[in-house]
Amino acid sequence: MTLPPGVKATLVVGLEIHVQLRTATKLFCGCEVRFGAPPNSLTCPVCLGHPGTLPVMNREALRCAVKTAMALGCRVLPRTKWDRKSYWYPDLPKNYQISQYDLPVGLEGAIEIPRGDGTAKTVRIRRVHLEEDAGKNLHDDPEVTLVDLNRTGTPLLEIVTEPDIASAEEAGALARELQRIVRYMGVADADMQKGHMRFEPNINCIIEKDGAEARTPIVEVKNLNSFKALEAAVAFEFERQAAAYLADPAYTIERCGKENRGWDDAALRTLVQRHKEEAHEYRYFPDPDLVPYEWTAEELGELAREAPELPQARRRRLARELGIGEGDALLIVEDRATGDLFEAAVAAGTCPKTLAKHFINIWTRLANDAGVAIAGLGLGAGALAELARIQADGTVSATAAQQIAEAMAKSPEPPRALAARMGLLQLSDRAAILPFVKDAIAANAKAAADYRAGGKKSAKSLGFLQGQAMRLSGGRANPAVIAALLKEELGPPAG
Amino acid sequence: MAEPISRAEVEATARLARILLSEEEIAGFTSQLGSILAYMETLNELDTTDVEPLAHVLPLKNVLRPDEVRPSIGADLAVREAPDATNGFFRVPKVLGEGGGA
Repeated sequence: MTLPPGVKATLVVGLEIHVQLRTATKLFCGCEVRFGAPPNSLTCPVCLGHPGTLPVMNREALRCAVKTAMALGCRVLPRTKWDRKSYWYPDLPKNYQISQYDLPVGLEGAIEIPRGDGTAKTVRIRRVHLEEDAGKNLHDDPEVTLVDLNRTGTPLLEIVTEPDIASAEEAGALARELQRIVRYMGVADADMQKGHMRFEPNINCIIEKDGAEARTPIVEVKNLNSFKALEAAVAFEFERQAAAYLADPAYTIERCGKENRGWDDAALRTLVQRHKEEAHEYRYFPDPDLVPYEWTAEELGELAREAPELPQARRRRLARELGIGEGDALLIVEDRATGDLFEAAVAAGTCPKTLAKHFINIWTRLANDAGVAIAGLGLGAGALAELARIQADGTVSATAAQQIAEAMAKSPEPPRALAARMGLLQLSDRAAILPFVKDAIAANAKAAADYRAGGKKSAKSLGFLQGQAMRLSGGRANPAVIAALLKEELGPPAG
Repeated sequence: MAEPISRAEVEATARLARILLSEEEIAGFTSQLGSILAYMETLNELDTTDVEPLAHVLPLKNVLRPDEVRPSIGADLAVREAPDATNGFFRVPKVLGEGGGA
């Protein structure tokens, strides 16, 4: 962003993230949770909000919520309860949403956001609570609104961060890491296409100008449903708020309070919506239809033991145990199955660094082409290990390994057999390579002389001879062996 | 003694509840709600320092159900009692604003 000289703008962002939990049924009734069913086909008197019905909490949803709170390092409250929050749209026909106010599932955690360079930034988590989703209002008709209540009552986990996020990239990285975490834990599919994760960033800026500091109004952007939209909305607001303050110094939080804005995905800009209602205007009060839940230490201990190793811990461990860069490990642990495949291949015996390079440079590309994760390519850990092993020990070159990998995606043959059949086995035997080296020298006496003469042309001539020997070998000779033999045959250069 | 609830508070409460009150009703409710709140003030004579806030009047806790699908009632029945419906959707007056803000 370009600012006038002497002006400094700092971005301050907190995130509210809704994650749809992976349960078979809704939060308070036995209706199935399913995307794309005919309108209102997945409803019953409870989720339709009929009077006299009684909601009953879904055990699995509560367990998923607590497990996630634990994974985010939250303090799990020993006693949790549900509250009603006033709500005025027909997609929640009770006129309230069942949520959690003062005794949420968890408080005060943290999430580490990995950076590409292997470092991480910590963002504090304020709270994690369970609530029910609303249905869908369809606005296609200009005269009326059509309402589908299939989604009404779907279990959502709301995760609220402290305003520790300082850039659009960090906001996106946090959202992606949270997606990995809930998928690793198996508590959510987090499928963006199905609206399983939705983001509401709270954004403002601190502007320093002429030695004074001002804060722009906090803007909440509602219902962003992709990582791209989240990043674009945060970046847009940063620019817009800084420009708005510089145009009008009264554009401050003290004067303007809070503001809700919507996101226009086509125009890539935010638009004004209603002003944010004050918290007390939601008129939370305990839901008399639901009773509190009190955890025993045994239950919490059992849930804690069910937790898998999370992506960030896994990255650190792979980096530490195998000497893989944390930035590289980032890709390898992207999803749990791919991380498991990597570790199984390491266990099968291979060169971990070569294997990591294959995952990053070869397998990721082939998986992307096929539209799956690496684990979805259907390749066995043993085959992946073998390919990395035969490259590391010089049996095949790095270039050949790429060709073999492509063939592996289509054929069940093991890598070494493929290499042999495709004529890609690399020659490392000194006796077999020596004739090529001798022939190259004999056919290029001038280059040999230039090398021996030393000076500027020496290195270039050696490279040329190396290329000639490689050509004579049909591209199969190990380049390191050629170089060593050439130096022996030519003797040291003068000077 | 100051009034337990002001006229402005009654108006704000009516606005939050989306109900329209006449001048007479505002005056009536201000007085009635005032009496109720004054009566409830009696409770403040009790010392509740060591009493945990009550979330529920029943001596119940930990009521959960298994995550097992039970039959829904179907779209036809779901919308049958609605004042207006079309193709399985509820049909309601035009909603201004976004909704879905849960």
